[in-house]
Amino acid sequence: MPELYELTGREVSEKIRSRELTVKEYISSILERIRKVEEKVHAFVTVLEEDALKRAEEIDRKADCGHGLGRLCGVAVAVKDNICTKGVRTTCSSRMLKDFVPPYNATVIERLLREDAVIIGKTNMDEFAMGSTTETSYFGATRNPWNPTLVPGGSSGGSAAAVAAGEATLALGSDTGGSIRCPASYCNVVGLKPTYGLVSRYGLIAYANSLEQIGPITIDTYDCALLLSVIAGHDPKDSTSVKTPRRDYVDFLEGGVEGFKIGVPSEFFGEGVDARVKECVWRAIHTLESLGATYEEVSLPSLEYALPAYYIIAMSEASSNLARYDGLRYGYRVEEDSWDWPTVYSKSRRVGFGAEVRRRIILGTYALSAGYYDQYYLKALKIRTLIRRDFEKAFEKFNLLAGPTMPVPPFRIGEKIQNPLELYMCDILTVPANLTGGPAVTVPCGFVDGLPVGLQLMGRPFREDLLLRAAKAYGDRAGFEGLRPKL
Amino acid sequence: MKKPRISRREVEHIAWLAHIELTEEEKTLFTEQLNEILEYFRKIDSADTEGVSPTYHVLDLVNVYREDEVQESLTREEALSNAPKKERGFLKAPRIV
Repeated sequence: MPELYELTGREVSEKIRSRELTVKEYISSILERIRKVEEKVHAFVTVLEEDALKRAEEIDRKADCGHGLGRLCGVAVAVKDNICTKGVRTTCSSRMLKDFVPPYNATVIERLLREDAVIIGKTNMDEFAMGSTTETSYFGATRNPWNPTLVPGGSSGGSAAAVAAGEATLALGSDTGGSIRCPASYCNVVGLKPTYGLVSRYGLIAYANSLEQIGPITIDTYDCALLLSVIAGHDPKDSTSVKTPRRDYVDFLEGGVEGFKIGVPSEFFGEGVDARVKECVWRAIHTLESLGATYEEVSLPSLEYALPAYYIIAMSEASSNLARYDGLRYGYRVEEDSWDWPTVYSKSRRVGFGAEVRRRIILGTYALSAGYYDQYYLKALKIRTLIRRDFEKAFEKFNLLAGPTMPVPPFRIGEKIQNPLELYMCDILTVPANLTGGPAVTVPCGFVDGLPVGLQLMGRPFREDLLLRAAKAYGDRAGFEGLRPKL
Repeated sequence: MKKPRISRREVEHIAWLAHIELTEEEKTLFTEQLNEILEYFRKIDSADTEGVSPTYHVLDLVNVYREDEVQESLTREEALSNAPKKERGFLKAPRIV
């Protein structure tokens, strides 16, 4: 028998619905687990013990009264700390927002609550989601539950680590250049970046708004489809959210990959990708083949420019988005009476932001400044067009594209943090989906020296159904989904 | 040695534009790191983008309109609840002149 904290979201909601399990018993088991392993993992910025227990009792009462229960009834969800939660501090893991208590909920939070989910805590992240290791958090690094000396990936490292460690059953992350997929891959869980516009960004604290989406991080593909079904859908409060018909992605999971045509971009197996990772991912592609899919290698030449184009666009948007932190309406402020406003502004931002955030704001300001705009920002946007075209062309022929999620297995905490450029290189295989806006999922596909490797599947915009169907077929056959670290 | 992409003076200027104070040590470190990063970014120079239009946004949305109706909003107290300094129901700004 698995422990209660090891159940999947589907199992928890079914057991609670049938009253085989009370929400209180299950939430208590999760909280006990957090008490036991959180010191080793450090997945959370804030654990909502009291709130969660109170809410558990409420949902239990609702169930006892025979009221209808929501789809996520009782399920403990960990939420990345850049998603606004009313009355609960939302820090972006930054000193700038360490005391920020939003007076409203993000739309995704309203949707979770409507389905009777329990928010168990706010998870640690790279400061303002700028990083791939969760080391730049003002509150200290999160550790990989598979080996606490290693990074969990980032920037949604706390969310992925919490799910892997059994400190939460489901989690929300955000993905600007791989921030859901990277940590999901490094922690052996499933992570999906939805199509741009599928999930409302209302209440998501902006980093690079033309690239980012909120998405699920879960122990298996079923839970991923379940959580996506809850959070997806048009929101009048986000003008970039798209009016698509509401879908239940769980309905599309079965059906297999018979007849699927999979493209394997040679650029995803290039120089810089660890040979053992390549081997793992090729095995996964052959598994998909044995399930009835066919594959063919394809070249997407513009991918060569994806990483620099991504960083130029992301940093430019960041420099504009983060200009709002002026220490006036909210956020950190240092002040002496004799200081004028530019001094207060620039000193508050110096102390309030960590080094990586300042580096990106400065680079973004540079890329947008007179004399450099055409050379950097505009050129990067044109490359974005080329990459979109390459993907559109590939999707005329293929249902999916497949490759590794991360070029290398998880590395040691501290190993790369001193060299920003080396860290940026880790995102080389995840940024294309953010530039094109299409959906991408990572699923566990094996281990290298005991460390998790992820298979990345990318699809046409709004075809999350196909991605999840392929992920489910693969996951069922391969058997790496659901494997948890010993802690 | 190749000409640096960005000089220490430029870093100081850009940081000033971005309203971010840097320490002397940071100016040195950032100049070095920014040069390395910008050198890598220049990889995009070799992409042929002749006649290609930029993608600012992946969606084809233009303007999204709604009726201009009064809806519930935050109270003054709620709106000011996160302000580091306030006075008599207003945000308190630093000295301007």
